[in-house]
Amino acid sequence: MSWRRIEERAFKALMMLSTALVVGSLLWIAAVVLWKGAGALKLSMLVQLPRGGAYGEEGGILNGIVGSMLLSLPATLMAGLVALPACIILQDEHAGRNPFIRTARLSLDVLWGIPSIVYGAFGYTLMVYLGLRASLLAGIIAITFVQLPIVARAIDEVMKAVPRELKEAAYATGATRFEVATRVVLRQCLPGILTGLLLGFGRGVGDAAALIFTAGYSDRIPGTLAEPVASLPLTVFYLLGTPYPEARARAYAAAFVLLVIVLIVSVVSRFVAVRFSRSIVS
Amino acid sequence: MPHVQVRSLSVWYGSAQVLKDITVDIPDRQITCIIGPSGCGKTTLLKSLNRLLELTPHARVRGRVLVDGEDIYADHVDVVHLRKKMGLLSQKPQPLPMSIYENVAFGPRVHGMRSRKELTSTVEHYLRAAGLWEEVKERLHEPAAQLSVGQQQRLCLARGLAVEPEVILCDEPTAALDPVSAQTIERRFRELSQDYTILVVTHILRQAKRLADHVLFMYMGELVEAGPARQIFDAPSHPQTQAYIRGDIS
Repeated sequence: MSWRRIEERAFKALMMLSTALVVGSLLWIAAVVLWKGAGALKLSMLVQLPRGGAYGEEGGILNGIVGSMLLSLPATLMAGLVALPACIILQDEHAGRNPFIRTARLSLDVLWGIPSIVYGAFGYTLMVYLGLRASLLAGIIAITFVQLPIVARAIDEVMKAVPRELKEAAYATGATRFEVATRVVLRQCLPGILTGLLLGFGRGVGDAAALIFTAGYSDRIPGTLAEPVASLPLTVFYLLGTPYPEARARAYAAAFVLLVIVLIVSVVSRFVAVRFSRSIVS
Repeated sequence: MPHVQVRSLSVWYGSAQVLKDITVDIPDRQITCIIGPSGCGKTTLLKSLNRLLELTPHARVRGRVLVDGEDIYADHVDVVHLRKKMGLLSQKPQPLPMSIYENVAFGPRVHGMRSRKELTSTVEHYLRAAGLWEEVKERLHEPAAQLSVGQQQRLCLARGLAVEPEVILCDEPTAALDPVSAQTIERRFRELSQDYTILVVTHILRQAKRLADHVLFMYMGELVEAGPARQIFDAPSHPQTQAYIRGDIS
């Protein structure tokens, strides 16, 4: 066999292996989590609050599930509200020459790289300064910071891909920059914006580090923004740290629930993106 | 006085000069074809007439473009109002990411038309003018992206007409179309030239011969020769024009 054929085969094998590793790792993680948590995974666990037992051996994890939603959904909304106008500005036609815009893009890249525990510490300092306790509000703010660079960079990338000719076509009718941005660019980017938001949500719902000091933890579902709140990642963290096998099994069950939430979000985002792509001009 | 007059217009992209001191009048209610080899500045000239050139990074303009006697590059000029006067049809059809109806209604809407009834009759009127109405009247609320390319280009024409411009600027409007669609568009131009001043950039000489009442021949950023179509095609006076018409340079 010629050397080029061997090279071709080896390369193909490498690609298959890498792909298998990607799919395999997802299945592996899901399998381990399910196997270890299967004993504890019951419907009652999803719909009940923790009950009795200092280490949470009894009752459910509803506080974590609801808490994660209460934290991540508003955070995603806020990150989107900040990211959208910022991204529209980043699309300025003369962006290459504008130092402000270049700095803004660089800042987003740096923010992306900051570990979430740093956001947590930052949020904590802010809380102490303002005299706040660990609360839902502080958690939402910390998670918003975690999500913002992810959402903004994702939206920035899809907006960059809008053809200049499309914007020119809209400008040529006499539309202003605001009209072109809101009525044409946003519509063209809608699937990408949704994907960006869901990407941010996925990151936010899975984050533990930013919440330890800011949101705290609670066995109850908070009634106001000022009360502390539980979250699934922290539920996993605390339960896994106990010496009791029952509690640890529940940690894996909680991890599995978290995995399923992220999976549902990904599938729904794909579905929604395809639905909204119908009027997109390619 | 013609709608569009160009006076000593020069354009640079960075340090490269792409238009060199162009002075010309565009005759009203006629089809003017801008011809010349690729890269001679035809599209740049077109885009400088509605200030779309401003969207191109590093573009710099000197000289004057007078539309209805007013210099469009003067400080106080409202670019929105200017672009309303000058419709644009680009090379590749660019439907907006919305329905057929919304595409045509887009311009009138941004210029303040609110009544649904008025919008609907405007949409129908201009879809008819662009020769697309019969093909789309049953599916006005479907995405424009689902139309064929030829239909998309006529939709873009309808969208341009719907803001009631005085001048229509066309940048190789049939380049992406099949021959039948191209013919349809050309026929529309002939009819529309009764009411509009039309400028067509084309590198297809035969198309220019079919369409043009008036011709501008450009070469390497300069306006070499301008005049009535018959004169340019039958008896060009400049050697470069002669060479281009003969097909020696393309």
